[in-house]
Amino acid sequence: MEKLTTRIQPPLHFSLGLRELWHYRELFYFFSWRDIKVKYKQTYLGIVWALLQPLGMMMIFTLLFSKSVKIPSGPIPHYPVFVLSGVIVWNLFNSSVSHAAESMIQNANIIKKIYFPRLIIPCSSVLVAFFDFLMAFLIFITLCVGYQQTILWNAILFFPAGILLSLLSAFGLGTFLSALNVKYRDFRYTVPFLLQVLFFASQVIYPLPFIQQSWLKNILAFNPLNGAIELFRAPLTNTVDMNIVIASLGSCVLLTILGLFYFRKTEAYFADIA
Amino acid sequence: MLPAIEIRNLGKQYMLTNAPPYVALRDVISESVKNIFSKKKNPGNSFWALQDITLAIEPGERIGIIGRNGAGKSTLLKIISRITPPTTGEVIIRGRVGSLLEVGTGFHPELTGRENIYLNGSILGLKKTVIARQLDAIIDFSGVEIFIDTPLKHYSSGMQLRLAFSVAAHLEPEILLIDEVLAVGDMEFQKKCLGKMQEVSQQHGRTILFVSHNLKAINDICDKAVLLNNGKMMIYDTVEKVINTYITSLDTGTNERELISATSKNIYFSRINSFDTNRKNKYVFSSGETVGIAITVQNNDWSGAFTIGFGLNSFSKGRILISHKECRVMQTKLSKEFVVWLPTEDLTPNSYSVDISLLDGRKETIDLVTDALGFEIALANTKFEGLGYDYGIISKELTWQSTE
Repeated sequence: MEKLTTRIQPPLHFSLGLRELWHYRELFYFFSWRDIKVKYKQTYLGIVWALLQPLGMMMIFTLLFSKSVKIPSGPIPHYPVFVLSGVIVWNLFNSSVSHAAESMIQNANIIKKIYFPRLIIPCSSVLVAFFDFLMAFLIFITLCVGYQQTILWNAILFFPAGILLSLLSAFGLGTFLSALNVKYRDFRYTVPFLLQVLFFASQVIYPLPFIQQSWLKNILAFNPLNGAIELFRAPLTNTVDMNIVIASLGSCVLLTILGLFYFRKTEAYFADIA
Repeated sequence: MLPAIEIRNLGKQYMLTNAPPYVALRDVISESVKNIFSKKKNPGNSFWALQDITLAIEPGERIGIIGRNGAGKSTLLKIISRITPPTTGEVIIRGRVGSLLEVGTGFHPELTGRENIYLNGSILGLKKTVIARQLDAIIDFSGVEIFIDTPLKHYSSGMQLRLAFSVAAHLEPEILLIDEVLAVGDMEFQKKCLGKMQEVSQQHGRTILFVSHNLKAINDICDKAVLLNNGKMMIYDTVEKVINTYITSLDTGTNERELISATSKNIYFSRINSFDTNRKNKYVFSSGETVGIAITVQNNDWSGAFTIGFGLNSFSKGRILISHKECRVMQTKLSKEFVVWLPTEDLTPNSYSVDISLLDGRKETIDLVTDALGFEIALANTKFEGLGYDYGIISKELTWQSTE
């Protein structure tokens, strides 16, 4: 029988290690399963919590920005539908990034004791956030039905495209931050601030065309969340600004490459410094 | 047949900094700002935790790794289990590796025993189908059947350990790497696990690499052993030879030893030495002689009371006794010597080792040095001469009666 041969050497070459990642896919499943299970075991509200949070945000935003400040909701007639569609895509990104960023430190005790491709950890954080998203998505659909919002057939294409763009950018940024967090332990304090800036730079509570200055609009287009929300809202608005999508896609790809590269480059030494 | 583990010129270098192991970004920034003005580059010290290790382990061999604290034992195991990369050289491993550097890695208190078996098993590299097949055997072996669907947080620490060991004992890798894990838990269960591991390695020809301070366990499990000292390989031979070399190496020259492993701590042990009642440095004592052990505590920046723990071990039979000394607040930037006097009338001629620990007010460990010192009670001129090899630990006169 041919024996599995492993060669351990000082890290010289860069590789993504996709084959190894595939080999460890079961562990990936178990990590995600653990996080989901623990999360819903610890709170009595359980799944309700995943639904309450986006709904609460929707109500506050509607009260503040639609009723008081009178921010328009673009081609979508009802502001609650408009804002919830943005909130759930934003939440997917937000919780993916913040959990992934903390994930390596939280699992430091495991990293120091056993080998597996480290990339599994931030990946499974993203998957857990996706699970929450699915719950919130159901609420969103219910809300659309309630407000008699028409959803075009092309949602089959645009919904997954928007979700994927949000997930991939979150994965890129999350892995990058998780590696930085291991190396520079005080970096974590900047993560909430960074996310807050990104939130206000995203068209969650306002439609992007609402921005008057064109230079600002051009900069904001590079926020991957704007492309993701643009795609996600397309079946509701029946318009899609391809410039935003392309700019967002560009920064998403850049973030993913940056995250993967930096993570793979530093992961060998995680056990020494974690 | 090719060796199961081939280690070639393996070396691991660590950078020594005064800072904690991780860095803060603010420090990096302020350092680089300082460097712009001073133009002085901090060279940074480095040390080799392992150097020039070359070793070939044949399939089915059971190798023990021994050495003092900081000799590089755990580093070697960490490199072979791929947790940390080597700086030089390479290791070639032929076969599936299971590494047990800790029992119960990844156990989560909120999950039930059954769920933790799956989680821990998959972290250790078991496939889900394999775990499912072994599940009953694992639960049975652990002896915690009734609680298997209760969250782990309700388990006693002993029960958690038994469950963890059970999963570990059912790993079926071709190469098994074990670190000190057996140093914890109740003796009975340890024996059960050791027995299981021995059974596994003998029946299936598994290769085992075992790091431990417990020379008895090494002696029981392994055929050959490696002695590491300061990151270098001293000897690779049969278990008996290596253990003998190790014991004698603990007693070379005067017994005085500088302890430098924890110099970055607020308070730590800096030196240990043994002598007789006339304070003459000594490491071989005659039976009945009182052994004096001087322990020097260096206080850099510790403003609380502390306790010194002293543990006496027999090399082959484990812990014999412990003793504690509560100490009052000590002036900082000073070192102080504490002497513990150990009467030996009750001890048999044997090799002994000393563990010392430093505890804070809440009895949490600050510094711990195992095998800090070794000494010997000589066989000559005792009642044991000519009575075989094993005299036990305690020397005691018993009364005998016989019926006519």
